[in-house]
Amino acid sequence: MSNIPSELKYTKTHDWVRDEGDGKVTVGITDHAQELLGDLVFVELPEVGAEINAGDECAVVESVKAASDVYCPLNGEVIEVNEALADAPETINSDAFDEGWMFRLQLVDAGELDGLMDAEAYAEHCENEEH
Amino acid sequence: MLIYEQSRPGRRAFAQAPKAAPELSGIPQEFLRREKAALPEVSEMQAVRHYTRLSQKNFSIDTQFYPLGSCTMKYNPRACNTLAMLPGMLGRHPLAPELHSQGFMSCMYELREMLKEITGMHDVSLVPAAGAQGEFTGVAMIRAYHDANGDRARSEIIVPDAAHGTNPATAVMCGYKVREIPTLSNGDVDLEALQEAVGPHTAGIMLTNPSTVGVFERNIAEIARIVHKAGGLLCYDGANLNAILGKCRPGDMGFDVIHMNLHKTFSTPHGGGGPGAGPVGVSERLRPFLPVPMVARDGYGDYYWLTEKERPQTIGKLMAFAGNAGVLLRAWVYARILGREGMIRVAEYATLNANYMAARLRNAGFQLAYPERRATHEFIVTLKKQAKELQVNAMDFAKRLLDYGYHAPTTYFPLLVPECFLIEPTETEAKEELDGFVAAMQAIQKEAESEPDTVKAAPHALPVRRLDDVRAAREPDLRWIPGDRC
Repeated sequence: MSNIPSELKYTKTHDWVRDEGDGKVTVGITDHAQELLGDLVFVELPEVGAEINAGDECAVVESVKAASDVYCPLNGEVIEVNEALADAPETINSDAFDEGWMFRLQLVDAGELDGLMDAEAYAEHCENEEH
Repeated sequence: MLIYEQSRPGRRAFAQAPKAAPELSGIPQEFLRREKAALPEVSEMQAVRHYTRLSQKNFSIDTQFYPLGSCTMKYNPRACNTLAMLPGMLGRHPLAPELHSQGFMSCMYELREMLKEITGMHDVSLVPAAGAQGEFTGVAMIRAYHDANGDRARSEIIVPDAAHGTNPATAVMCGYKVREIPTLSNGDVDLEALQEAVGPHTAGIMLTNPSTVGVFERNIAEIARIVHKAGGLLCYDGANLNAILGKCRPGDMGFDVIHMNLHKTFSTPHGGGGPGAGPVGVSERLRPFLPVPMVARDGYGDYYWLTEKERPQTIGKLMAFAGNAGVLLRAWVYARILGREGMIRVAEYATLNANYMAARLRNAGFQLAYPERRATHEFIVTLKKQAKELQVNAMDFAKRLLDYGYHAPTTYFPLLVPECFLIEPTETEAKEELDGFVAAMQAIQKEAESEPDTVKAAPHALPVRRLDDVRAAREPDLRWIPGDRC
């Protein structure tokens, strides 16, 4: 089983969310997701300032196998994106939970964080998906 | 080695040289070359060997089994090509007057009539130049229909998640928002999700039947009822028409518009980038919007072109002329050779071959993605167990198959099945060929267990080894510089 840090929150669509305090969160795709996708060759990020609803497509990750949409985990405004991914999309493959972060959001309602899965629930979700 | 690298000044290849210098009168002086073109200068023997070697490097349907699912890479009978190339057909100019094109136009008229019969649609336009343009035409007509009814609130096209990538792309090209609905684990469309997705904003749904997971959509009648009740239209992706030729018809299933890939189903080699032909068939309500020009026949049996004048509601022209004439002609010859009975045999053997292979692979221990369903003309094997337990994935199996002399099936599509092979043997393969493929899969399975590195480093026996497709995508370098070696 791939790496699932216990301090993060997760979505069913394989995003991770890190609570940075003050209603700010960092978002990326999980190690499990990058493993399924294979070597990434292109990443499209949202624009800073964009207001995005939870569940909306907000980014694209493309590997040699497939292009996949990334869905916004929570309602919020994009305050920062990881520009370095444009030149080095493989960072997500090598370090999905840290250097491979994708964007930061200012949440509309920080309370929404509680609605996401914890590491244990996400591990179970991945396990179920495989069967 | 490139032929340029073999070039030495003064060498000549007489057999390949033009018999006479072409007539150059009429070309303005300023457009004529001042220097000779830098063409390679090689001997006759060098030219023959170079191109013979190149042709031997080709992995093609003429040399190898080519079971690319969702693509119908079947044998294209030589007769279709030969007859479509008769001098009168080949030399016909698209601007020639109707009077001088009656033979060609009669073929096109007949092809239209045959396609109507095969698909159960009320009318057909042969214009679209390929599958993607056929899809575009279909959705553009759906848009034109809603616009003509003043029904402008319809902003969404529903697409099942198993669809070809071109389906959502087409919807977006036509200005629609894509609404994706899930596929059930048995391969059918999720009717509850469809029921929830439809409404006054629904312009239509795009469906492939049989679907890209290689099963027949059993609830198609119910899907048509739900979508029509909501005021939407049904658009059929003809990618898998080969499976149902002469057996059942999209028109009878309730579709309002369909596109056909004549270049896959009706005898034109494809996969090299065209040309193709993607005619569209429509139900009565979409008839006025068909693209022009279309062939019609008058009371005297003479053929003429229908244009915007006769068809004021048409979505217009899609290309300079009336479709890719050569591809359409081949399709006409193919349909005439097969006839009604032959058409049914195509579907029966395509389906029989797929089910035979699926059963043999299952018995050999491979996991089918939809084991409880009968396959149509194609089926899916998932190699997720091999990927997990042996770290040998679908791409490794695919590359190793090349060493065994088989082109790999479609890999990693549809996206919703992990580590998948979408296998489409087609109707023209002999049992021995199908058995050979199964034996190769079994041999690779053994290798994956005992010497996985052999499989993971494949291919070993081809002119080109495993390509670094990641680097090719990240650092594309498409230039050739004289002196470079590939």
